[in-house]
Amino acid sequence: MSATMQPVRRGRLAQIADWADERLGYSRFIKAHATEYYAPKNFNFWYYFGSLALLVLVIQIVTGIFLTMNYKPSAEDAFASVEYIMRDVEWGWLIRYMHSTGASAFFVVVYLHMFRGLMYGSYKNPRELVWIFGMLIYLCLMAEAFFGYLLPWGNMSYWGAQVIVSLFGAIPGIGESLVEWIRGDYYISDITLNRFFALHVIALPLALVFLVIAHILALHEVGSNNPDGVEIKKVKGPDGHPVDGIPFHPYYTVKDLVGAIVFLALFASVIFFAPEMGGYFLEHANFQPANPLQTPENIAPVWYFTPYYAILRAVPNKLLGVVLMGLAVISFVFLPWLDKSKVKSIRYRGWIFKTFLFAFALSFIALGYLGLQHVTPAYTWAARFFTVVYFAFFLLMPWYTRIDPTKPVPDRVTYGSSAH
Amino acid sequence: MRTNNNVIRKIALALALSLGGAGLAWASSGSSDVIQPANNDVANTASLQRGARNFVNYCMGCHSARYVRYSRLAADLGLTEAQVIENLMFSGDAIHDTMQVALPQAAAARWFGTAPPDLTLMARAKGTDYIYSFLKSFYLDPKRPTGVNNLVLPNTSMPHVLWELQGYQAAVYDGESDPAHNAVHKKFTGFKLVEPGTLTPQQFDQFVRDTVNFLDYIGEPMQLERRNLGFRVLGFLLVFFLFAFLLKKEYWKDVK
Repeated sequence: MSATMQPVRRGRLAQIADWADERLGYSRFIKAHATEYYAPKNFNFWYYFGSLALLVLVIQIVTGIFLTMNYKPSAEDAFASVEYIMRDVEWGWLIRYMHSTGASAFFVVVYLHMFRGLMYGSYKNPRELVWIFGMLIYLCLMAEAFFGYLLPWGNMSYWGAQVIVSLFGAIPGIGESLVEWIRGDYYISDITLNRFFALHVIALPLALVFLVIAHILALHEVGSNNPDGVEIKKVKGPDGHPVDGIPFHPYYTVKDLVGAIVFLALFASVIFFAPEMGGYFLEHANFQPANPLQTPENIAPVWYFTPYYAILRAVPNKLLGVVLMGLAVISFVFLPWLDKSKVKSIRYRGWIFKTFLFAFALSFIALGYLGLQHVTPAYTWAARFFTVVYFAFFLLMPWYTRIDPTKPVPDRVTYGSSAH
Repeated sequence: MRTNNNVIRKIALALALSLGGAGLAWASSGSSDVIQPANNDVANTASLQRGARNFVNYCMGCHSARYVRYSRLAADLGLTEAQVIENLMFSGDAIHDTMQVALPQAAAARWFGTAPPDLTLMARAKGTDYIYSFLKSFYLDPKRPTGVNNLVLPNTSMPHVLWELQGYQAAVYDGESDPAHNAVHKKFTGFKLVEPGTLTPQQFDQFVRDTVNFLDYIGEPMQLERRNLGFRVLGFLLVFFLFAFLLKKEYWKDVK
């Protein structure tokens, strides 16, 4: 952008921009990550959820900042301050519903984003680190949601935290002192609320933002996968750019904008017409203040944790249940090394992988449903069955991905009528 | 220290394990049969005004609505502040005060066994159908200290506050109710008015419906505004979508 190349004298603002760019190099950054970041042209529906997750993160941070201006993190005032936000703060109800709906929306888009990765083998070489950063984001997100859920100080907040924190007590030897250390007290108290607030509003958001940056940097280093699981960098044109790649900006910015608007319409439908989502996004028992002497009729975590909660309840031994629950979350991390297939995308995998993936998705949904229900012997056995299916997906993967009858993978991506 | 911790852990564990059982017991107690639809309408301002009057006259002796401001009621219910002060405020509060109750909580807990809960969010916690049915389900039961029991919330410590209006009703069961068998097999078939009140059953239904309507409103006072705004936001997003979609199509024409 040297001035000699420009026949017309650049305006004042452009000069300032040039001055800053010479000292910061942001135009190089914008090129590397937007205008000259080449993404495969064949992204489909499933590729909206990455940018949507970023959108929800921004929504949560911005609404969170405004909630913090009026929320009081003390056992005495927390519940009342939330009602104050709902009633007396200008647009407070909207900000709060955006945040509470945003929490569920975050998990909806993240689960779909993860499922996309499973379908198209996005975790496989060379994207192992992209996947690991993604899994760390997922772990942080779960912690963030858990800490945030205590803050309204409703009765479900209280008892949900009580049950989940007590899980750490199952760890032999250090369990009891660990639980005490987490709570900072002998029970869930004002002290617990205060530290959960600190973790929710600064520690975890900070970690999340850094991890999201790492996730995107790692992705842009190796390049995006696509529904064909073909490496577009293998076929480059004379200009040195992938033939099947298009600049992220403007092509995917305008495409993701359309996706964002559709998402926002669904998001707004919940906020304005069903903010409680039938008790799944805002649980009924949480409209009563925390009461250490009275338990809610049914302590169930919010829907996005129920698959793991169902696994916990399915195991008769508490320690083993906690271990299995932890493994169920952690297992995803090992996928890049468990998957022995030469093929990435489900389009070119055989029926064995497809069957296992379908069974896994089904077991995840079934466990999520069972985690919301009262325990009955039949449900417990169902949960055990689906727990086995869930883990079979991971444990048997090295075997079934080897024997899976895969199809030949094309050299180029398939796109529209000009399939190669 | 250790004991304390142990106890809490055991309680949490026992709770987690027994919840299913408790839930089943609750479901099979038959209380779901007696829940009737409230059919209230928060857009009906006249009903909300009557409900507000009912609430301050019959509920607020014991129950607060501690997050609700009188001034908000005036604005939302189409009343002037003078009307609210004259008709809904009896305790010399200021118009911007919240609906507090004079009843001391500790004493109330001693008298009733449990302190009357704040009702601001009761409709959101329990649902309007539940409250509507609860208020209509008091029946004579000499075994209870209040002389009444409730089919929706058995052994409630709340007395039949609305007896003057509804009168007293008896619960009618199918077959003989046999005290020797602890009346386990009896099936509830309906209520029978034993002693009429000052209102007819239809008038009483309306009275309860208006009251529940008011509780629905105070649980989420912005709910009408929320829905109205929702249509406008969706309208905006639809227009935005059309432009964004055309923009995308225009750009993607080059992609072959």
